[in-house]
Amino acid sequence: MDQTPAIMTRQQVLDLYFMDARFKLIELAAFLDRVDRAEGQADFRLDGLRKALRQLDAARPDRAKQVLLALSDPTTDPIERAPGKGAVGAWPGAAG
Amino acid sequence: MRYIEPHGHMVSRVTDDYVDIVTAGCQAVCEPAFWAGYDRSSVNGFYDYFCQLTEYEPKRAAKFGLPHFCWLCINPKESEDVTLAEEVVALIPKFLDRPNVLGIGEIGLNKNSKNELKVLESQVDLAARANQMILVHTPHLEDKLKGTRLIVDVLKSDTRIRPERVIIDHVEEHTIKLVLDAGFWAGMTLYPESKCSPARAIDMLEIYGNARLWLNSACDWGVSIPLNVPYTALEMKRRGWSAEDIDKVVYQNPLKFLSQSKKFKLSKA
Repeated sequence: MDQTPAIMTRQQVLDLYFMDARFKLIELAAFLDRVDRAEGQADFRLDGLRKALRQLDAARPDRAKQVLLALSDPTTDPIERAPGKGAVGAWPGAAG
Repeated sequence: MRYIEPHGHMVSRVTDDYVDIVTAGCQAVCEPAFWAGYDRSSVNGFYDYFCQLTEYEPKRAAKFGLPHFCWLCINPKESEDVTLAEEVVALIPKFLDRPNVLGIGEIGLNKNSKNELKVLESQVDLAARANQMILVHTPHLEDKLKGTRLIVDVLKSDTRIRPERVIIDHVEEHTIKLVLDAGFWAGMTLYPESKCSPARAIDMLEIYGNARLWLNSACDWGVSIPLNVPYTALEMKRRGWSAEDIDKVVYQNPLKFLSQSKKFKLSKA
């Protein structure tokens, strides 16, 4: 496999991406505050997001993969019939 | 800079997009057949669409000096109706000899249903019988992991399928290794709200290497950015990539995969 090694130093990564990551982190925090301020029941997507959020604190090199896995359907058998066409971003079966 | 857009649904785009991508260095665009945003009411709708992909759209692209190629199939979003799908699969061979047709795609799964799987197997069989390359769509969001596993199983279980002639598109961090380890090519789709950002795509190239990967915008009628491949090349440059390494990913890799079809010929860029 032709390798393309990471070129940037840690300092360069921070210089290039820190402000973007900071912006997205605050957006996420504000979203959670907005959900909390709202009335009514939440659905499985919020549970899925909270479960995925726990991956951010893990000291491992594949947090993006782990977040995606936390939001994925882990089953292996095809379903009987497609319920529609769309996807919502979290797996209902993960609730609870 | 030169690049190839290996996955763009140009029938959904305006002529300004052709101007922009050609100005940015695009040397060719490849258009997989896909869902129109609504279900077609009969096989005749697919006949008309295949004519559009093989007759009208290449002429529209040529007005901007851009070679246009395509892939034909019934997409997984319309595969729940197996009777219609069988009619469409029977129609496809009539178009395979047309000069801009590269193979069967984008086939795959959407919600991972039994009928979708049946139609996927039928189209893999068609590709094998007709000696066609395959371009695969993997499901969205929560369905991607399961769908990618099912798709890889279908392809690996058919011994007529050569993995080096198959690209599995829309991979992300949780599916890329599965695809590459099975010997297939993998596509990373650069979307503003889902799939993959330029930064994450470059991360994956730095982690998994650049041997069997390509980048595409998959621009269509939804929220998408036709210039996302050259935007990602710019991001590579900001990260210190050499011009040669950028060229390999955005031009040479798609050229290598697509040139397995004798129809894919480009004038020297």
